[in-house]
Amino acid sequence: MSMNTSLILLLILIIGFAAYLAGRSRALATSNGKLSVLHSLPGYHGTYAAICTIVPAVIVLAVWAVAAPAYIDSSVRGALPETVLSQGAATTELALGQVKSVANGLTLLDDAELAALENGSANLRDALAAKGVPLAGDGEAYMVKAATHFNAMTSTSRIVMAAVVFLIAVAGAVFALRGISAPFRARNQVERVMLWTLMLASSIAILTTIGIVGSMLSEAIRFFNSVSPVSFFFGTVWDPRFAAAGSEATQGQFGLLPLLSGTLYIAFVAMLFAVPIGLFAAIYMSEYARPAVRSIAKPLLEILAGIPTIVYGFFALVTVGPFLRDISAQMNGLITGNYVSFIQAQSVLTAGIVMGIMLIPFVSSLSDDIITQVPRALRDGSLGLGATRSETIKKVVLPAALPGIVGALLLTASRAVGETMIVVLAAGVAARMQLNPFEAMTTVTVKIVNQLTGDLEFNSPQTLVAFALGITLFCITLCLNIYALYIVRKYREQYE
Amino acid sequence: MTEIVSSSSPAFVRPAAARRDIGIKRRYAAERRFRAYGMAAIMTGLFFLFVLLWTVLSNGYTAFQQTTITLPIEFAEKVIDPKNERATNPSKLMTANYPLLVRDALVKALGIDPKNRPLVKKATDMVSASARTQLRDIVVANPSVIGTTVNVPLLAEGNIDSANKGQIDLKVEESKRKVNDQQIGWMKTLTDSGALTKDFNTGIFTFGASSRPEAAGIGVAALGSLYMMLIVLALALPIGVAASIYLEEFAPKNRLTDLIEVNINNLAAVPSIVYGLLGLSIFINFAGMPRSAALVGGLVLTLMTLPTIIIATRAALKAVPPSIRSAALGLGASKMQTIFHHVLPLAMPGVLTGTIIGLAHALGETAPLLLIGMVAFVVDFPGSPMEPSTALPVQIYMWANEAERAFVERTSGAIIILLIFLVVMNLGAILLRRRFERRW
Repeated sequence: MSMNTSLILLLILIIGFAAYLAGRSRALATSNGKLSVLHSLPGYHGTYAAICTIVPAVIVLAVWAVAAPAYIDSSVRGALPETVLSQGAATTELALGQVKSVANGLTLLDDAELAALENGSANLRDALAAKGVPLAGDGEAYMVKAATHFNAMTSTSRIVMAAVVFLIAVAGAVFALRGISAPFRARNQVERVMLWTLMLASSIAILTTIGIVGSMLSEAIRFFNSVSPVSFFFGTVWDPRFAAAGSEATQGQFGLLPLLSGTLYIAFVAMLFAVPIGLFAAIYMSEYARPAVRSIAKPLLEILAGIPTIVYGFFALVTVGPFLRDISAQMNGLITGNYVSFIQAQSVLTAGIVMGIMLIPFVSSLSDDIITQVPRALRDGSLGLGATRSETIKKVVLPAALPGIVGALLLTASRAVGETMIVVLAAGVAARMQLNPFEAMTTVTVKIVNQLTGDLEFNSPQTLVAFALGITLFCITLCLNIYALYIVRKYREQYE
Repeated sequence: MTEIVSSSSPAFVRPAAARRDIGIKRRYAAERRFRAYGMAAIMTGLFFLFVLLWTVLSNGYTAFQQTTITLPIEFAEKVIDPKNERATNPSKLMTANYPLLVRDALVKALGIDPKNRPLVKKATDMVSASARTQLRDIVVANPSVIGTTVNVPLLAEGNIDSANKGQIDLKVEESKRKVNDQQIGWMKTLTDSGALTKDFNTGIFTFGASSRPEAAGIGVAALGSLYMMLIVLALALPIGVAASIYLEEFAPKNRLTDLIEVNINNLAAVPSIVYGLLGLSIFINFAGMPRSAALVGGLVLTLMTLPTIIIATRAALKAVPPSIRSAALGLGASKMQTIFHHVLPLAMPGVLTGTIIGLAHALGETAPLLLIGMVAFVVDFPGSPMEPSTALPVQIYMWANEAERAFVERTSGAIIILLIFLVVMNLGAILLRRRFERRW
């Protein structure tokens, strides 16, 4: 099917290219060798012809490819026996699926075998199994009929589609070629199509957002149908038991709060670590460092931002976690004589420190930009009054840059909240609410990954909860981002 | 104020030391401290960078070497095809008892009594279980090898490999380590006879997933990543450029374009895992694309990279001076012609730099790929982007979860390869900018 469609597509493109060549030479012929007679260059006439050939045909092809299977499905569904239809939508869909696999199998059978099936002398399931098409249940008699119907409709649809699409392509080409004349404004037409294409491309950004919000919201609503929003947003226990087959009682508890507290706690530790280092680094680089030092240190620090987060996760797992565990055992031993580690290898501290390292370059380069935007005059005024450099920075530059820096920190915080790979490898999976940074906690992102990896059945609350978590995460970061971007933008305008 | 009054009195000259103390010493000390904090902050950052890279390099450089044991394997017909059926039933060659060939060769090479089962077991444990498929592939590719004796370099088992690289502490009690003294002795014998050697590890670049570290490689994952990068490049670059041209050059300044602008900036900051949820729900659930396929991964990464490319392209377009546009328009070019013939070519270095940086980001991205099922144990090279595949960073993630020492080494090795790709891409971007960027 898809092979067929791409073949048609290729043929349309070939016709389109032919139309381009024809349009160009026709325009040249109309000009009688005097190009200035033409309103548009011959190439534009050719492109116009190609557009007229390709665009309508491809649109029809796309619509057909989407609409035809839906129409065929509904037609076959209608032809199913009353006994199946009366058993509800799920059974009907199941039967439809079986009919489709039977239909797929029937194409592999030869005429004799088909005849045997039709007069009932051969078993449907065995006949198909011999061709390597497994059937979920015993085929029933009506299925062969429905499947033949399905195959007939599919092949008719395919033939009609090919014919219609070619007709449209050729008609488009003829229409465009007949319209070519010296005063014809081919360039304006082509440019209008180009403009539409550009607009379409820029609407993808909006579509992505709509897609994110829409898809997550719809799945989250399905989740909230089985779990009440109150017990999700205010629940303090996270225990999404995967129900064993047959047992309906084990529903599991989906409390957001343990995950949210873990997320915020780890982000807080990370910020505690990254903000002083990043901010001081930014101040040093923008106010003190010689250009030579700056030109080396800045890119080196920014390497940290370019390292994939999975590498940080590995670093936490292999180096930082064991290091913290061992050093805590040593410290404990020196003080109490009991060599037992009080920091777990997977802990809030491990994840926070490693995430902090990752965030240093974000804080430093964002704040660096903002500090350098503070007008020179403010600094000169302060220095001229006899303040030292550090006093100028503390009393003049930083207060002036504060709104921007706050914005930068909010952007960084949003990254910390949404970070996944570091916490997956370094924070642990235990969902609990506690305040000890040396213990493992888990985050929203970790649970999204946990709930969605492995074999999943898409209708259980255990998997759907990931979307509820996702939309929560999206909302938190969205608020942080929008507010931060607003502040940064406003700040920039203030000094421009 | 009082100071002025008192100093104006001619009878009293204040000694210098008693002048108003402006605390210059204290303030200079504070200044030095402040400066030192700044320096310390940068040093801390660079220290972490160094530790991070050092961890990866020191753990990983050994992954590029692999211990092999070259044994004269006798492809005995009575083992491979005792009833001589291969002409009629080629599947016999697939299921033959190849480990027996390895055992016989080892027994011969080490001079062990073949009846001493425990000893033989210890010996065969030294060779990777992947020897079975290796020998099978040799025989299937060339059945005429049956009946001859060929020197075949077999992969050493992961722990033997680690021991040969000196990563296993031999002072530890024998029962507590993965390699026993007998095997150490044999390793010496084999090394002396030239059978056990440490060579450059080509396997890490070409193998697929495996539960045995010595037979695991990033080849399949790298191919998956390559498919995804091609999809991202083919989709994100044209769409991103088209969108930026519209927004920068054509869009009227109104609410809607303002919204798009805010939207794009915001999309650039959306956590990557959210894109994974989007891909799972729209591409896989709604559009019915296959799970674990590089196609879906590529589409998700495209959506993720688009904002980066759009932001970079808009900056590049903005940097082209208006005089270029005015000149082209003045000569009678249409707006489209002005942009596509003059503005865009001049902005191209900036566009490509942004694209490469976006691609580099996409290459290292893991989280969204986990959700669309690319955490898959893929042994075979995917023939097309529709087939199940995995990606380089996902492979790193999967190896990072393995406990064995040899996998830590492999993980670091894979990270080194990933980082080399990223460095090359970023260097390319920098060079492109240096070479072609124009200052107006």
